[in-house]
Amino acid sequence: MPDLGSYAVAVLSSYAVTLALLAVLVWTSVRRFRRVRAELEMLEGTATRDG
Amino acid sequence: MIAVLARDLKLAVRAGGGFGLALAFFLIVVVLVPFALGPDTGLLTRIAPGVLWLGALLSCLLSLDRIFALDWEDGSLDLLATSPCPLELLCAVKALAHWLTTGLPLVLLAPVLGVLLNLPAAGVAPLTLSLLTGTPALSMIGAFGAALTVGLRRGGLLLSLIVLPLYVPTLILGAEVARRGAAGQSYETPALLLAGLTCGTIALLPFAAAAVLKVNLR
Amino acid sequence: MASFWQFANPRRFIAATDRVLPWLWGAGALCLAVGLVWGFFFTPDDVRQGATVKIIFLHVPSALMAINAWMMMLVASLIWVVRRHHVSALAARAAAPVGVVMTLIALATGALWGQPMWGTWWVWDPRLTSFLILFLFYLGYIALWEAIEDDDTAADLTAILCLVGSVFAVLSRYAVLFWNQGLHQGASLSLDTQENVHDAFYHPLLFCIAGFVVLFVALVLLRTQTEIRARRIRSLQARQRAGDTAREGGAA
Repeated sequence: MPDLGSYAVAVLSSYAVTLALLAVLVWTSVRRFRRVRAELEMLEGTATRDG
Repeated sequence: MIAVLARDLKLAVRAGGGFGLALAFFLIVVVLVPFALGPDTGLLTRIAPGVLWLGALLSCLLSLDRIFALDWEDGSLDLLATSPCPLELLCAVKALAHWLTTGLPLVLLAPVLGVLLNLPAAGVAPLTLSLLTGTPALSMIGAFGAALTVGLRRGGLLLSLIVLPLYVPTLILGAEVARRGAAGQSYETPALLLAGLTCGTIALLPFAAAAVLKVNLR
Repeated sequence: MASFWQFANPRRFIAATDRVLPWLWGAGALCLAVGLVWGFFFTPDDVRQGATVKIIFLHVPSALMAINAWMMMLVASLIWVVRRHHVSALAARAAAPVGVVMTLIALATGALWGQPMWGTWWVWDPRLTSFLILFLFYLGYIALWEAIEDDDTAADLTAILCLVGSVFAVLSRYAVLFWNQGLHQGASLSLDTQENVHDAFYHPLLFCIAGFVVLFVALVLLRTQTEIRARRIRSLQARQRAGDTAREGGAA
């Protein structure tokens, strides 16, 4: 751990905020991706069975 | 085209609402400012140009959704769109009608309200000048925003969200002219920039407004 | 025969992006990890700014991507307007929330950096103000996408808003410059090496920028796939409803 001196709060909270925002963005993107893909597969599956 | 303009003006005056409402709103905003910030005349003198510009901008925003909404509801917009006159011209005339019923009265009212805010006498001319050159741009940008949201049921709030960022350059330059004028400085540069901005807006935005109107009428 | 436009076909787009996405995730994570670890643990403190200079590794790449995301949306909107490829319009839609997050990161890290350096979280400096205005443009753009139900109408309207918004964003930038000269330093990076930051910060910063760029591309591709599938779901559901009503009509 480098010595951040009196600026530790600013530096560490910047890294925390950035990584948290990026993590939320990636997580929500991936989750919506999976949900939409599953829904489409279900819909296309039933559609082919109907037809 | 002149018929459309005359009809819009007549409707605005007769329907009661839009015409007086924006002026009353402007008055109320200006009256509320001293309540919020205190009656210190020195402070009011300093902020008067900015407050008057902001008040005029918000009052202008208030009546934007009426530019196309009424014609959209009763279907006359479809008729106007299929008429031989180009849609771009129609958008420009609609913006002009909005400016004549909202922008121009606001320009005339602003110096009077300036008295309430202790606006120095030297600031009256630059304030009126900046509003006179700036408000046509506000109407034209607003007509574009109104064309964009005309098909939506709850377009009012969305219209503000879209239009307000587009108002930023006009507001900055217009308020700068009024501020410099009130402070007794030279305001030629921002006034020229503001006039250029307004001319550019009026020249180009009718095309964008007509394009979105065509999409919405599809 | 291999042309860029073949990816305008949604199936081809999904197949191709499925192949490259794992590599992009890996490369992005690797670049970010190298750049951030290097920047955080193995760079010296700046003479004047002390340890806060380490924020540069987050602030500059996110600010860069905030602007580049809007540029990408502008290009994608233009492609949609000219060539009517749905994938292009959906890519613009997919990029907007990523751009919002990048803008937020740039604003947040900037505030955290400004507090110890300038003694304030926020000043109405031209650069800061322009970013706030950019943030508002993003919000309006996303709100318009969400408000319109018909996909093609929404794509057309948001594309024109993106074009008009770009012009006004540039105008705002110059109006704001005219309005206030600020505290913010000039450009951190330029091709002219005389003006650059010191090498000790430059190399890890390059890794961080590369990481942000690759991460952005990966996110946009993934989200574009999502939008393509969501659009397909909507059209399938509409067709199903149409079929149901037709069958009922036939029975009656």
